[in-house]
Amino acid sequence: MSKSVYMDNNATTYLKKEVLDAMMPYYTDIYGNASSKFYAVGREAEQALYKLREKAAKLLGAANVNEIYFTGSGCEADNWAIKGVANAYKRKGNHIITSKIEHHAILGACEYLEKHGFEVTYLDVDEYGRVSPEAVEAAIKDNTVLISIMTANNEIGTIEPIKEIAEVAKKHKIVFHTDAVQAIGHMPINVRDLGVDMLSVSAHKFHGPKGVGLLYIKNGVRIDNLIHGGGQERGKRAATENLAGIAGLVKALEIAVENLDKNVEIMRDKRDKLIKGIQEKIPYCRLNGPVGDDRLCNNVNFSFQYVEGESILMMLDMNGVAASSGSACASGSLDPSHVLLAIGLPHEIAHGSLRLSVGEDTTDNDVDYIIEVLPPIIQRLRDMSPLYEDFLKGENK
Amino acid sequence: MYSEKVMDHFAHPRNVGEIENANAVGLVGNAKCGDIMKIYMDIQDNIIKDVKFKTFGCGAAIATSSMATEMVKGKTVEEALELTNKAVMEALDGLPAEKIHCSVLAEEAIRDAIEDYRKRQNA
Ligand SMILES: Cc1ncc(COP(=O)(O)O)c(C=O)c1O
Ligand SMILES: [Zn+2]
Repeated sequence: MSKSVYMDNNATTYLKKEVLDAMMPYYTDIYGNASSKFYAVGREAEQALYKLREKAAKLLGAANVNEIYFTGSGCEADNWAIKGVANAYKRKGNHIITSKIEHHAILGACEYLEKHGFEVTYLDVDEYGRVSPEAVEAAIKDNTVLISIMTANNEIGTIEPIKEIAEVAKKHKIVFHTDAVQAIGHMPINVRDLGVDMLSVSAHKFHGPKGVGLLYIKNGVRIDNLIHGGGQERGKRAATENLAGIAGLVKALEIAVENLDKNVEIMRDKRDKLIKGIQEKIPYCRLNGPVGDDRLCNNVNFSFQYVEGESILMMLDMNGVAASSGSACASGSLDPSHVLLAIGLPHEIAHGSLRLSVGEDTTDNDVDYIIEVLPPIIQRLRDMSPLYEDFLKGENK
Repeated sequence: MYSEKVMDHFAHPRNVGEIENANAVGLVGNAKCGDIMKIYMDIQDNIIKDVKFKTFGCGAAIATSSMATEMVKGKTVEEALELTNKAVMEALDGLPAEKIHCSVLAEEAIRDAIEDYRKRQNA
């Protein structure tokens, strides 16, 4: 296998060399515990942590350095936001509003809370995956304490109207959280421009390390701890800080923000070439998610009728292409992706989905290669498919 | 995740296709669960002379379809009915636990085809 093309940047990205270089000193030289202030190497770590937090606050547009809380992942930031706010506002109310297309970190936390006396509204989305701000407003009740809607969807790339939803939340004085894990590095993110109260970030989606994220929590928002123990993160999240990981997150964020316009342009170009090429070469396919500026610049998601997604992935892999699918079999569950079902796809169309997500290093050559290898794969699987056989017989009648 | 045998049968499935004048046709599964298998047999003097399949499904579903058709080809109807999902999996050097449900399809499709054959014989 000579050619190898990575088309799964929505799943994770490689760690940039500059990012690794920024991390290394915290493993080897500045290895002190940032809480150990009575000796030099501890104080150095503490100071470094402060500087990193300050930089992250600036890059995200936070008003205050104290509004940045580092976490152990995007999932942790999401879980903390949901459970922490729900518990802190319990006396005010027990109702949460979210959408049907959130990441499992949000949905899982909400389902957990439902078992513990909370009530959750899972808003429908339109055929492109869009949550309407009007629907959010209509769902608000006297006991609503939290709204959480993602900035951009990881499967079909829908960019949500976060600013508008934030205004609705503000008008009703309800805490608003957004999962911006897929958005960083792919669109401008400024917490004050967006008007959000909380925002989740995960480093490995923009060429940072895995296992580190952050939660922006606007001053004034009350939140219970998810992790109890020491006094780290202003007593809000115990655990000796992963300084190297944090340094990696901040370096990757810095690079992503500095190169945003350039990278978005590249990714949009590759995305659109992929979409166009696939639509031209493969009949009976459907682009899932919105088109144009409402779509995440690096996401492509198609359903191919009469074939199943895992088989597509396996054949792509045999051709050196890494991609992903929302089919049930590919995820090891019995149902296809909740996102594809939420936009109204019938099960058999959802099973035939393929997500290709580009990066800023994706080349025209990579795109051409996909457009070359994919059509025969789909045709081969269709020739093996009883559904396609039925379809052809119906056509010939 | 998959054994070499599974990968081989997925990449080079045996007996894919249709049999025009098949006297036994089986169809199991549904699009909702994500796996559908259709099987065609040509049964002469109680022996499965030829067998072909078409499958909509994951790698495990396609590989078990391929292996199961290999295992019943040339067998008597009674022998084919004895084929279990377990035997097919063993012949493939195993499947991941979450894929076992996808592999049941082949056994069911063979039974369905033979039932169809017997109905036609009695008609
Ligand atoms: C939208 C979204 N939220 C949260 C996560 C979880 O992030 P992490 O892998 O850092 O836990 C992901 C990544 O899988 C994601 O795409
Ligand atoms: Zn399967």
